[in-house]
Amino acid sequence: MSFLGKYIGEKVKRTEDARLIRGIGHYVDDIKLADTLHVAFLRSPYGHAKINSINADAAKSAPGVVAVYVGTDIQGKVGLIPCAAAAPDMNKPDYPVLALGKVAYVGQPVAAVVASDKYKARDAAELIEVDYEPLDAVIDIEAAARPDSPVIHPELGTNVAWVYNAGSGDVDAAFAQADKIVTQRIVHQRLIPNAMEPRGVLAQYFPGEQQLNVWSSTQIPHLLRTTLAAMLNVPENRLRVIAPEVGGGFGSKLNVYAEEALLGWIAMQLNKPVKWIESRRENMMATIHGRGQTGTVEVAVKNDGTLLGLRYNVIYDVGAYLQLLTPAIPTLTGLMLSGCYKIPAIQLHCTQVYTNKMATDAYRGAGRPEATYLVERIMDRVAGELGMDPVELRRKNFPKPEEFPFATAAGLTYDTGDYEKSLNKALEIVDYKKLREEQAKARAEGRLVGIGISTYVEICAVGPSVMLPCGGWDSATVRVEPSGKATVLTGVSPHGQGEETAFAQIVAEMLGIDLNDVLVVHGDTDRVQYGIGTFGSRGLAIGGTAVMVATERIVKKAKRLAAHMLQTDEEALTFEDGKFVGAPDDKSMTIQEIAFHAHQAHNIPADFEPGLVASYFFEPKNCTFPFGTHVCVSEVDKETGDVKIQRYVAVDDCGRQINPLLVQGQVHGGIAQGMAQALYEEAVYDESGQLITGELMDYAVPKAYQLPHFELDHTVTETDVNPLGAKGVGEAGTIGATPAVANSVIDALAPLGVKHVDLPLRPEKLWRLLNQ
Amino acid sequence: MNISLSINGTNYQADVEPRLLLVHFIRDLAGLTGTHIGCETSICGACTIMVNGQPIKSCTMLAVQADGANITTIEGLAQNGELHPVQEGFWEKHGLQCGYCTPGMIMSACGLLKANPNPSEDEIRHGIEGNLCRCTGYQKIVEAVQYAAEKMSA
Repeated sequence: MSFLGKYIGEKVKRTEDARLIRGIGHYVDDIKLADTLHVAFLRSPYGHAKINSINADAAKSAPGVVAVYVGTDIQGKVGLIPCAAAAPDMNKPDYPVLALGKVAYVGQPVAAVVASDKYKARDAAELIEVDYEPLDAVIDIEAAARPDSPVIHPELGTNVAWVYNAGSGDVDAAFAQADKIVTQRIVHQRLIPNAMEPRGVLAQYFPGEQQLNVWSSTQIPHLLRTTLAAMLNVPENRLRVIAPEVGGGFGSKLNVYAEEALLGWIAMQLNKPVKWIESRRENMMATIHGRGQTGTVEVAVKNDGTLLGLRYNVIYDVGAYLQLLTPAIPTLTGLMLSGCYKIPAIQLHCTQVYTNKMATDAYRGAGRPEATYLVERIMDRVAGELGMDPVELRRKNFPKPEEFPFATAAGLTYDTGDYEKSLNKALEIVDYKKLREEQAKARAEGRLVGIGISTYVEICAVGPSVMLPCGGWDSATVRVEPSGKATVLTGVSPHGQGEETAFAQIVAEMLGIDLNDVLVVHGDTDRVQYGIGTFGSRGLAIGGTAVMVATERIVKKAKRLAAHMLQTDEEALTFEDGKFVGAPDDKSMTIQEIAFHAHQAHNIPADFEPGLVASYFFEPKNCTFPFGTHVCVSEVDKETGDVKIQRYVAVDDCGRQINPLLVQGQVHGGIAQGMAQALYEEAVYDESGQLITGELMDYAVPKAYQLPHFELDHTVTETDVNPLGAKGVGEAGTIGATPAVANSVIDALAPLGVKHVDLPLRPEKLWRLLNQ
Repeated sequence: MNISLSINGTNYQADVEPRLLLVHFIRDLAGLTGTHIGCETSICGACTIMVNGQPIKSCTMLAVQADGANITTIEGLAQNGELHPVQEGFWEKHGLQCGYCTPGMIMSACGLLKANPNPSEDEIRHGIEGNLCRCTGYQKIVEAVQYAAEKMSA
C-alpha cells in the first residue's frame, strides 16, 4: 500500500479534542435521563468474614429509598461474575454479584440501595446492619500456598487456584553446563490502575420493546454485551451497550463487573433508569488491581556472557476471586521470558493463589512488564557477576535482524526486530561512553549516580484468535454516504488513545477526502458491528488494519462504477487524491460523485450492488513485537534517599507510525506509569485485609513535578503481520520504563555493594538502606 | 438554604441542602457536566473551577459556601466561540488523552498563568501539582501551558 502522506505519518491534531477541551463530551455521569434512580453499594469492611445476617429494614424505609437488594434477593436471577480465561483444571470459586454468606475482600459488594438521589442512597446504605464474623485473612502470597494457611474458599480445600508450567528446551542441561548461575528474588508489587474517571453505569429498560440499554465506562462494549446477556438472561440482540466518552482504562475497564450486571437487572425490575458512579475509594478497592507476583529467577550463563537457560518460579496473587482475565496475566509473563535475547531453554513454574484482596487482572502491560522487569534486572545482575558492561551483555545475546522471524523457547515467534539499532540510537543520544566517565567522576566525589538500561520487547495486537478467549480479530465498516462524507464504524473502543483521529487519517488519506469529512463511530453495540475492543495495544494494528482493508474495498467498488460511468475500462483508471482519472477526454469523477451515483443507482452496471459500504474483519496471523531501549540516569540523595531522574531517554520501535503525536503521548504516559511502579506506587493491605492505600492521599499516583522531562526518539521496523506495518505502542513505555529506572537506581547504589532492591524505590526505603 | 450564584455569567438561584457539594450544584442543578469528579477528596483536581477568579476544587466546597460567588467553569472559558489560549495550547500540544482531567487541569493552568504569566518548566510542574493526569505523563501538558503563556504575553 502506498500512501500519499497527506495525513498518514503526520502529527495531526486530534479531532476528539474539540469537545474535550470545552468540557462538552459525555462520560457516563454526564448522561442524564429523566426519572433516574441512583444506586449506592454497601461494601465489605472486612478482608475475610462470615455474614451471619443482614437487616435492611431501616434502609428500606429511609427517605427516598425505592429498593434494597442483598445477595439472596438476586441469587439465581443474576448470573455469576465470569472469568473467560479459567483453565479447565483450575480451582475456581463461585463469584456472586452480591456477597452470599461471606465476604473475601474489602470492598466486595454486599448490598445495593436504590434511591431518588445519590445522597439519599448513600445515607440509606449506612443504615444496613450486617452481622459479620471476622475470619483470619490470607494476605501474604507465599504463606497462602502453605498447608497451615486459612483457606478462603473451603469448597476448594486450598488457596491454590492453579499451577501452570510453560517453556521449552532442556533447562536442566543448560544449568548443568553453566559457568555461572545467577539467582534473584523478584517482587512485582500490586498496583492500582487509577483511571482518572472511575467506573460508572447507567441502565435503562424499555419493557414494550424488551430492550435494555447499558451505558458503561468500559473498554469492551461488545464483549460486555455478550457477557451481560448471559448473566441477565436477556437476548443479546435486545441489549445495547454503550461506552460513551471513557476517561482512561489501562486495563481496569477490560472487565465485567458486578455493578454492570446488577444495574441492568435493577433497571428491568423497576422500569426506571438507574445510575451508579464509582467513588475513588470504591475504585481503589473494587476495581481490578495489577501485577502481584513474587518469584525467583535463575539464569545459566557462560563466562563470555552467553545465556544458556532461564527458570522463573513464581507465585501469583490472584486476589479473592477471578475476574475476566485474571489467570491469563502470568501466562503472558511466561510467554515473554526470553525478552529480546536468545535463551535456548526456558522454564516457567507458576502457582496462582487466592488471597483476601481485590482480584488482579490486566493493568497496562498485563504480564509483560513483569517479564521485562525480571529479565532486565537479572541481565544487570549477570553483568555484575561477570564484570561485563550491561550493554555488551545485552548486545551479545540479541538475535540479529536476519534471524527474524525469531522463535523463542518461551513459545512465541517474534515478527520483526532490530534490537541493536534502537540500542545504538539510545546510546548515541546519551553518549554512553561519556556518561560512564561522568559517572566515574561523580562516584569519585562520593555521589550516587546510576545508569540504567532496559532493552525490551513486548507482545501486542495478540492474534491469531485462538490466543484469546474472545478471539483476536477486529472489525471495521466504512460507508461513504451519498454526500461523500465517510462514516467509519470500528469494533475497537478507544478511551484516550486518539483513534478517532488515527482512523480518520487512514480513511481520509486513502479516499483523498478531507479529514473533517470522516466520522469515526465506536463504543455503541447498536451502531457498530461486533468488535473485540481496545486493550493489549491492538487498536491500530488490528482495528486500523480492518479500517484500511475496508477502505480498499470501497475504492475498488467505486472504481468499478467510475469505469462504467466514464465509459472506460477499470484498468485505464487510477485513483489519485480523491479522483478517478485516466478516462478518455481527460474526464474524471470524484469519490463524492461516485458515492452519490452509487446510492442513486440510476446508472450502474447490471450486477452492481447499490450503495458504497464495505466491512472487513481482520484476523491477524501472529502477534506483533514492538521493542526499544530506555536509558535512565539517576542520582540518589545520600541525605534523604530521594531519587532524582537526571535524564530519561526512550527509543521505541512500534513499526509504522500513523500519527507521531499520538505515539509520543502513548510513550510518555506509559513511561509515567512504569516509572511510578519503580519509584512510587504500591497497593498495600494490612494483615487483616484492610487496604491501607485506599485513597489518592495514600496511593502515590505521581504528580507533574515528580516526573522528569522525557527525551524520545524512535526507529521504524515494520511488522509483516498486518498491511499497515504498525505494531502498537500503548504499553511500551510502561514495559520499558520500570526496569530502566530500577537498574539506574540500583546502579547508583552499587558502590555500596547493593545488588538489588525491591520496588518501589521510595526515599524511606533507600534512606534506611543508606543508613544500615 | 436559598443561594444565588453566577456561573459563566448566568445567575442560578436554588434552595439547596446545606451538605450539597458545589460540584454537584454545577453538574446536576446547572447541568454543566464539563467539571468532573475524580476523587471527592481534593486530591485529583478534576473538579477545579474558578471561584471569584481563584482556582478551587469544587468537590470539597459546599454549594452554600459559594452563595454570591462568581464562578467560571470550563464551559465558560471560550469567549464568543474563541478558545482560551490554554484550551488552544492543550489542543495544539496534545495535552490530553482521555480528557477526564482536562477541564480541571485547564482551569488550574489558567490560575497559574494569572499568578505567574511566564512560568518556568519547574514552576509549571509545581503549579499544577494539585491536578493528577494518568494519561500524559504531564510533558505535553507542560508544553500546552508554555504555549498559552507565550500566546497570552504576546
